Amino acid sequence: MSEKNGTILSVKNLKTYFQTEDGVVKAVDGISFELEAGETLGIVGESGSGKSVTNLSILRLIPTPPGKIVAGEVRFDGKDILRQTAEEVRKIRGRRIAMIFQDPMTSLNPYLKISRQIGEITELHLGHTRQQSHKHAVKMLELVGIPDARSRADSYPHEFSGGMRQRVMIAMALACEPEVLIADEPTTALDVTIQAQILELIKDLRTRLGTSVILITHDLGVVAGMTDKIIVMYAGKVFEQAPTGELFATPANPYTKGLLKSVPDPAHEDGTPLYQIPGLPPDVAHLPPGCPFAPRCERAEKICQEQFPPFIQINENHGSLCHFAAEVYAESLAESEVTK
Amino acid sequence: MTNTNGNNLISIQNLKVHYKVGGGLFSSAKFVKAVDGVDLEIKAGETLGLVGESGCGKSTLGKAVLRLTEPTDGHVFYDGRDLAHLSSGEMRAERKNLQMIFQDPYASLNPRMTVGQIIGEPMRTFGLANGNVENQVQELMETVGLSRRFSKRYPHEFSGGQRQRIGIARALSVEPQFIVADEPISALDVSIQAQIMNLMERLQKERNLTYLFISHDLRAIRHVADRVAVMYLGKIVEIGNAKTVYSEPLMPYTKALISAVPVPDPKIEATRQRIILKGDVPSPIDPPSGCRFHTRCSYAIEACKQQQPPLVEIKPNHFAACIRISQEQPQIEEVAADEAPGLGNNKIN
Repeated sequence: MSEKNGTILSVKNLKTYFQTEDGVVKAVDGISFELEAGETLGIVGESGSGKSVTNLSILRLIPTPPGKIVAGEVRFDGKDILRQTAEEVRKIRGRRIAMIFQDPMTSLNPYLKISRQIGEITELHLGHTRQQSHKHAVKMLELVGIPDARSRADSYPHEFSGGMRQRVMIAMALACEPEVLIADEPTTALDVTIQAQILELIKDLRTRLGTSVILITHDLGVVAGMTDKIIVMYAGKVFEQAPTGELFATPANPYTKGLLKSVPDPAHEDGTPLYQIPGLPPDVAHLPPGCPFAPRCERAEKICQEQFPPFIQINENHGSLCHFAAEVYAESLAESEVTK
Repeated sequence: MTNTNGNNLISIQNLKVHYKVGGGLFSSAKFVKAVDGVDLEIKAGETLGLVGESGCGKSTLGKAVLRLTEPTDGHVFYDGRDLAHLSSGEMRAERKNLQMIFQDPYASLNPRMTVGQIIGEPMRTFGLANGNVENQVQELMETVGLSRRFSKRYPHEFSGGQRQRIGIARALSVEPQFIVADEPISALDVSIQAQIMNLMERLQKERNLTYLFISHDLRAIRHVADRVAVMYLGKIVEIGNAKTVYSEPLMPYTKALISAVPVPDPKIEATRQRIILKGDVPSPIDPPSGCRFHTRCSYAIEACKQQQPPLVEIKPNHFAACIRISQEQPQIEEVAADEAPGLGNNKIN
């Protein structure tokens, strides 16, 4: 096996395209990353960057047609998920790799009691009897902090608040103690105080159960406190990949730099206007020939309009998709020296 | 009545909005007290940020100020007139000065009208179209960062950020003094949020606008607002300068709210300790007695269940509604230690 010791999931050159009236949309176009055991990986990007499609592709949840995984490899436990039979993938989904989604209301069945929704999973995957699964569901609800779990287990989704529903989703996802948890914008629909509760819960369960986590979000604040390394996506590509501390301190891509600067920071407000990335997010159906970010990039040169940029490795763990990655990195390094 | 004394542009007094829910043949009606006795002054030329969690009544308050929702009780003084008690005809005339920007740039634009028509309509309605509306519309479009050429296009041809610009241009078309912006950036991508915030700030300077900026995004509020009001279950619980409210919050709820905001800096995130509130926001149908936050507050004492805390000036221009803090004792930890041992178990940075 060519995998590094401890790599639990490895995605290589994944390409997922959608056939639309507008032409082929390359939603995910050559994404590669590795998830180490026990690690939390953050995937950051704006809408349309391909971050959700990447993760739906991992579990082969892309609706076909119009979508299609056209190339790539998703190695999990030594096998390529993309080449396994539907039956084999079903044994992984929810059992060994589980997902939680942004909107807990639309991901829960309104007609089923909470305990049944959790129970169905363990009956299917772990061969639980009705009684066992009910008991297990109560245990899971207790684990995620539902007060009075025994009686609440027989409630319906509408009887729970948004934060509680997200807890139920997490209980469902973790019911079979999966090795990998994919959380797609798990707190975006929630209030900040509830977001803090849910993030704290994910952190706590991660250490207790040793689950590896992929956290997808548009919120740089959320990934800052939760992740070991981060992938920044733009127009279906990995624009930058680095350990979390390094990405925030010394970004090597103009898009990452722009994103970081455009978030208001309550600790350092001085009344000056926010930095803004000019222009609009790219139309993925009609990308320019060169770098997809070039039309919005303040340091773009002629080569950026004409040639697609290379993915330059700054060091072993830090890479950036930019013709000038080394220069951008050097600038960031100089800036971070100044602020020190 | 002369209630626009000083430089207050808007003065809200004891404003209440109660919605009736239920109440059929066999059940008695209940009331959602979405806004329950709010006093608020908005100064000319400032941005007042209004924050709170969903269901706290912040949007209802914004709408009630503009009479887009009928207030149940109370007053909204603007330029010497009480908006809450004007006839609908009189109110319509005032709307020229009072505009709103909405959260959802997709739902708030008529899909069958061109952008030119959308922006021009308020001008025509208020008879402000002196001569060439088309020209005025195109100038406005340029002001908000849209190309003049787009005036014949329809809303669906624009991105979210561009639609929000259209909504802003429409609000500006009647040259208002006061704008309620209800979550204007929440539906937008991060890189576009900065653009819209900067645009609104620039327009404020150029046109001397006054904003009531409503958002659940505490980072954005800190950036745009001069003063911040924090709302919880229909009541204002803290108000003060944005900087002080964020750096030295007084009320336990504000402390928890601010500590819950994730900071985009891994070094800070690694060391800071959050106050994690237990439970959810209680239902506004039957809000808790006394201080409405007492069910989630780890500093609450017996008296908090009974007494409704008034909004008191604790420090100059910094008000908080909490019976446990006072001018003499602004820090609640000190109070907690001797009076209620064991309650102060939440960590505060």
